[in-house]
Amino acid sequence: MAEIRGDIEQIPKFLKEKKDKKLTWKIIKSQKELMFMSVPFLVYIGIIAYAPIWGWLMAFQNYKPGLSILKQQWVGFTQFTNLFSYMGFFQVIRNTVAMSFINLVLGMICPIVLALLINEIKTMYFKRTVQTISYLPHFLSWIIATGIVADVLSTDPAIGIINNLLMNLHIVSQPILFLGIPKLFWGIVGVSTVWKEVGWGTIIYLAAISSIDPALYEAAEIDGAGRFQKMRHITLTGIKSTVIILLIMNIGHILEAGFEIQYFLGNGLVSDYSKTIDIFVLDYGINQFNYSLATAAGIFKSAVSITMLLLANFISGKLSDEKLI
Amino acid sequence: MKIGIKTTKIEDVVFNTFNTIFMIILVVVTLYPFLNTLAISFNAAGDTLKGGIYIWPREWTTFNYRSIFATGFLYHAFFISLSRTVVSTILNLFFTTMLAYTLSRKEFFLRKFITTVFVLTMYFNAGLIPSYFLIKSLGLRGHFLVYIIPTMIGAFNLIVIRTYIKSLPDSMIEAAKIDGAGEFSIFIKIIFPLCKPVLAVVGLFVAVGAWNTWFDTFLYASSEQNLSTLQYELMKLLSTSMQTGTTAAAQFGAGAHQSNTVTPQSIRAASTVVAALPILLVYPFLQKYFVVGLNVGSVKE
Repeated sequence: MAEIRGDIEQIPKFLKEKKDKKLTWKIIKSQKELMFMSVPFLVYIGIIAYAPIWGWLMAFQNYKPGLSILKQQWVGFTQFTNLFSYMGFFQVIRNTVAMSFINLVLGMICPIVLALLINEIKTMYFKRTVQTISYLPHFLSWIIATGIVADVLSTDPAIGIINNLLMNLHIVSQPILFLGIPKLFWGIVGVSTVWKEVGWGTIIYLAAISSIDPALYEAAEIDGAGRFQKMRHITLTGIKSTVIILLIMNIGHILEAGFEIQYFLGNGLVSDYSKTIDIFVLDYGINQFNYSLATAAGIFKSAVSITMLLLANFISGKLSDEKLI
Repeated sequence: MKIGIKTTKIEDVVFNTFNTIFMIILVVVTLYPFLNTLAISFNAAGDTLKGGIYIWPREWTTFNYRSIFATGFLYHAFFISLSRTVVSTILNLFFTTMLAYTLSRKEFFLRKFITTVFVLTMYFNAGLIPSYFLIKSLGLRGHFLVYIIPTMIGAFNLIVIRTYIKSLPDSMIEAAKIDGAGEFSIFIKIIFPLCKPVLAVVGLFVAVGAWNTWFDTFLYASSEQNLSTLQYELMKLLSTSMQTGTTAAAQFGAGAHQSNTVTPQSIRAASTVVAALPILLVYPFLQKYFVVGLNVGSVKE
């Protein structure tokens, strides 16, 4: 059935591709209605997503509110040199890259492992329940999630369950102020993100696993393969291309360490480890009105994201033929 | 015969046992904090300070809920959150599907161009400050529309819906065209109703996003109390209770044995439940559609 449909589809496609080559007024006229249905959205995205690029000019100026953007004082790359000569910015980049890298590694490995384990559950009812519950935190806002993290790690004996547990086991004699220890901040962010997103992360891998041909497993069983051998050689191999595509997409977001979790959990005690580029931009741009410096930081972030995406795409294309673009 | 061998294998039994225990731990770790919050929200605030509340309230009360709704502004914030969620979900789904339909028509000469323009927005953006200036110059600051317009069409959702429409049989569209139907009426009468499964997922994503966000309120409407959203109110509660921390709770609780007290913690627990409830009520019913919307292959051009 599918084959027959494929054959029928191929013929008009072939004819149309030939026609596509010369764009005549006749075609444009005949597609008037399609244009009415799409061009307004092209204008919309042009205004919402592309027009603000005009604002990048601010990064090359000493922007003062009140004047038109063309009448501002031009300062060349001074804002960028200011940005990079400011020591705090390196700290901000370090924090962003570190937390984003932790999230990238944990965010890939944990869902894959969990998906493999969920896939091994044989009782359908139990499997569905585990899935439904593990998706839950993904749908709630970071405000709710960070509230929960702060409660769990609290030093207050009425709510801080981790401290209570450690005290009852006599591992510590006094409650620890976890959110006040700079060295722990990245780890707390990593674990919290895993807690919130691991279940949801499995869905994409479980979908990929379900499309693996069951005959492969049967064949492996006849050949005497054990459970772990099947996991490694069939399941993991079967989802390889999904993993690579997701990896490329995630590497493009290496400067997106998240914003809300650091914004909510960060405090004066840990700010040397909690500030990310997004918080930096918010601090300088919106709170201190230093629009030019904040825009320069934003441009830096976009440039790095695009470069990393293209680089990851290129390397992956060389190594495994999997490309996103 | 094979089945017999399978069931007697000791390593299988060990693996399954450990796997089940692991899953139970996972479920407990995921659920416990929510159950704890729920219990605290129904427990008398003064009593909560004594500790020992886990997943069941000791002194039942609805006072925490009554006190958060007593002032009226949380009602209003709830209403704003609900309206922005409903309006943006409906508009977003309709517009995105309409555009996705045109991009699924192979003969459309602008198809490649428009797709590229939208896909590019997934990988870069102009940045916070330039976007902030745009919203300001469009006059959207402090206006309800700031919640609707900037997020009207998402590139990712567009690709997901387009891929779904592409998978529908072309023959129906051809037949409708022969009958003289225009593109818009084909879209309204044939395509839109057929997209129900994918719209369920994308609709959930859009609705959850709209319900959960606080940043646009913070940036563009923080001075307008009548545009405040539930998540923004919750964020304010969270940041005050994190700063003052346990000291405020202790002050509140001093000499509090009657049930008519509130603490920042109880208030926050009750507000959290109010903010989480609508999502918890909806998402389990849409779960069966999740996989439809999450086909990675669809992101690949």
